[in-house]
Amino acid sequence: MVGRLAVPKTYKLYIGGKFPRSESGRTYEVLSKKGAFLANAALASRKDARDAVVAARAAFGGWSSATAYNRGQVLYRIAELLEGRRDQFVDELVSAEGLSRTAAVKQVDTAIDAWVWYAGWADKYVQVAGNGNAVSGPYFNLSTPEPTGVVAIVAPQSGGSLLGLVSVVAPAIVSGNTVVVVAQQSAPLSAISLSEVLATSDVPGGVVNILTGSPAEIAPWLAGHADVNALDLAGAGDLGWVDMQITAADTLKRVIAPEVGAPAPSLHRIVALTETKTVWHTKSLI
Amino acid sequence: MTEIVKPHRFLDYAPAPESTSILHLKKSYGLFIDGEFVKGHGKPFLTVAPATEEKIAEIANANSKDVDTAVAAARRAYDRTWSKLSGADRGKYLFRIARLVQERARELAVAESIDNGKPIKESRDVDVPLVAAWFFYYAGWADKLDYAGLGPNPRALGVAAQVIPWNFPLLMLAWKIAPALAAGNTVVIKPAETTPLSSLILAEIFQQAELPAGVVNIITGAGDTGQALVNHPDVNKVAFTGSTAVGRAIAKSVAGSGKKLTLELGGKAANIVFDDAPIDQAVEGIVNGIFFNQGHVCCAGSRLLVQENVHDEVVDRLKLRLSTLRLGDPLDKNTDIGAINSREQLERIRELSDIGEREGAERWTAPCVIPDKGFWFAPTIFTNVSTSSTIAREEIFGPVLSVLTFRTPAEAIAKANNTPYGLSAGIWSEKGSRILAVADQLRAGVIWANTFNRFDPASPFGGYKESGYGREGGRHGLAAYLQGASW
Repeated sequence: MVGRLAVPKTYKLYIGGKFPRSESGRTYEVLSKKGAFLANAALASRKDARDAVVAARAAFGGWSSATAYNRGQVLYRIAELLEGRRDQFVDELVSAEGLSRTAAVKQVDTAIDAWVWYAGWADKYVQVAGNGNAVSGPYFNLSTPEPTGVVAIVAPQSGGSLLGLVSVVAPAIVSGNTVVVVAQQSAPLSAISLSEVLATSDVPGGVVNILTGSPAEIAPWLAGHADVNALDLAGAGDLGWVDMQITAADTLKRVIAPEVGAPAPSLHRIVALTETKTVWHTKSLI
Repeated sequence: MTEIVKPHRFLDYAPAPESTSILHLKKSYGLFIDGEFVKGHGKPFLTVAPATEEKIAEIANANSKDVDTAVAAARRAYDRTWSKLSGADRGKYLFRIARLVQERARELAVAESIDNGKPIKESRDVDVPLVAAWFFYYAGWADKLDYAGLGPNPRALGVAAQVIPWNFPLLMLAWKIAPALAAGNTVVIKPAETTPLSSLILAEIFQQAELPAGVVNIITGAGDTGQALVNHPDVNKVAFTGSTAVGRAIAKSVAGSGKKLTLELGGKAANIVFDDAPIDQAVEGIVNGIFFNQGHVCCAGSRLLVQENVHDEVVDRLKLRLSTLRLGDPLDKNTDIGAINSREQLERIRELSDIGEREGAERWTAPCVIPDKGFWFAPTIFTNVSTSSTIAREEIFGPVLSVLTFRTPAEAIAKANNTPYGLSAGIWSEKGSRILAVADQLRAGVIWANTFNRFDPASPFGGYKESGYGREGGRHGLAAYLQGASW
C-alpha cells in the first residue's frame, strides 16, 4: 500500500503583511539536527531588508496611534492563535531543533505565555514609566513614553528559535514600534510559521517583518539604515556587534546589547525602545 | 496691519551695570582634582570676556596624564568614601551645595555673564536659581532611590565622565553633577574651553560644603581633554551635552565598552503658531524661544511655523517687538541680548545667515547699535524660507529665526517633524484639544504649549532621533546614573 504523499510548505519571507520570496532569488538549505533536508528557506538580501524597513515605516503611524487597548488585544490574539496551532509548532521544533517532545511543548507554551504577559503591558507601561512633574510654576507638565519608531532586531541565534523570536518582537511592538527582525539562521522555519499566525491575528501588515537568512550579511545594513530608529542586537553576540553599534551611531540609533539565549520577559525591554515626551502647558491666572 | 513705529525714543535707558566688586577672581586657576586646585600639565589658556575681548583669567589645561589623575581620584573617592555613605548623607551634601549656591548666587551670576556673555538678568534670574534648584531636587532623591520605580536594588554605576557646553556653563554642570552624586556616582567633568570660570567658583563651593575629596573633579581643557576623558577605560558612565557631530563620535568611541551613555545634542525646533493663538503672548514666546541666551540654546525655537493667514500680522508684530530689544553690556540689568560667546561661533552664525540670504530667504535685522569691541550679532529674522533651505535644516545656534508657513495642522506636523533632530517643539493655540492632538504627533522630547524654553529639575529633558538619547531632569534623569534602569 502506498501512503499519502505529504504536501510540504514553501517557506518565504514576511514583509508588509505579504509572503514574498527573496528578490535575490536565493535560498539556503535548512537541515534538521541529524542533517536531514527540511526545506529551502529564503536567503534574504540587502534589498529585502530595505523593503522591510519601508514596510515597517509605513505601518508605524497606524500601529503607534492605535489605542493601547487595541494593541493589547492584538497581542493577546496572537497568543490565542498560537495556542490553536500548538501541535504544529511542537512538531516543527522537534524536527528542526532535535528537541524532545516535552522540551518543544515547554518552548511553545512559554512563547504563548510571553505574548499574554506582554499583551497586558500595552495599557500599563505608560503609567509605570511616565509621570506628572511638580514644576515650579503655573504649568501642567506630564512625561509619557512613546514608541521610538522602526526597530531592527537580530533574533537570538541559539536556544529555542520560536521563544527567542517572540522574546524580542513582543516587547518591541507592544508600545507601538514596528520591527524588522532577522530570524535564527540555523532554525528559521518556526519564524515563518509564526508569521502565518501574525498574518491572521489582526496585526496590521508591516508591523512585524521577518527575514530569514544570514544576520551577519543583513544586520550591518539595518544598523546603517537611516530610517531605523533602534537596533536590538539580542542575538548578535557572535556577529561583530560592536561594528554594528559603531555604524548605528551614525544616526544615533538606540542600541540594545547582545544577550545569551532568549531574553526573559521584562519591562526593561519595553521601555528601552521608547522615548519620553514631556509636554508643558501654561495654566491661566484665575 | 500694525504699523511699525520707531520705538527708539522710549528706549533711552540710563546704564545700570551690575557691580563686579562681588567677584574675587584669581589671576589663574588650576584643575580641581581630589578636593584641591592643582597645576595642569597641558599648556594653560586664557578665558576672555566675549563682550569686551578682555582677558579674565588664565586657566589650566588638563592633558591625558591629568585626566588619569582625575579619574583615579574619582575612583578612589567612589571606592573608599562615596559608595560607603548613606543616601541620607549624600543628600545632605547636595542640600549644602544648593544652599551655598543660593548664598553666592549674585557672584556666580556676575561671573557667568562676564565669561559667557549672557545678560545678567538671565544668569541672575534663570541660570543660577535653576542651579540651586537642581541640587536641591536631586538631594532629596539620594535616600529614596528604592522608591523611584527604576527596578529593585538601584545601584550606582561608578565613575561618571561628563563633558558640557558653553551655552549654560553652570547650569549644565548642575544638570550633570546633581543626579550623578544623588545616585551614588563620583564625577570627572570637563567644562567648555570658553566658559570655565563659574565651574571653578563652584569648585570653591564644593570645598566650603566639605564635599569629600575626589567626589567631583573639574578638569578644564579643550576637545582633546574631553576625548581623553570619555575614552578613559576606568569610567563607567559617559554623559555629553553638545553638538550632534561630537555626540556621534562619542557614541562610536564608547560602542562595545559597556559604558552607559547619555547624549543631549543639537536641535532645530519648530515653534508652531496657529491662527487662533493669543498673538501677543505668542510673539513674546517666539522672542523667548529664539533670542533667549542669544539663541545659544539646543532646544531654541529656530523654525517658526506660522499659519499662513496670520503670517503677516505675526511677522510685523515680531519685528516691532524686536526693535525694542536692547543689545549690549551683559552686566547691564536692562540688557536683553548679550554677546555671542566666541569669535568662532560668531563666524558660524554669519556664514549660515549669508547662506540663507544667498538661497533666497528675505533677511531682516533688528535696528540696534553694535558695540565696537566684542562679539555681537543683532536679532535677525528670515522670511520666505523654504523647507529645503540650509537655515531651515541646520542648527545655527545664534539669534537667527527662520519663518515658514503652513495651512493645515497636518502640514504643520509634517514640516515640524521634517528634520533629523527631535529635541523640542512649541505649539501656540487657544484650543486645548488641538494642542494635545498636535503634541501627540510631534516627534520631540519636550513640547511647550503656549510657552517656550521652560526648564525645571523635576521635568525630564532630552531628545528623539539625532538629538540624542537619555533624559536629564526628574526621575528619568536619575535613571541615567543607575545600573539596569532603562528610562
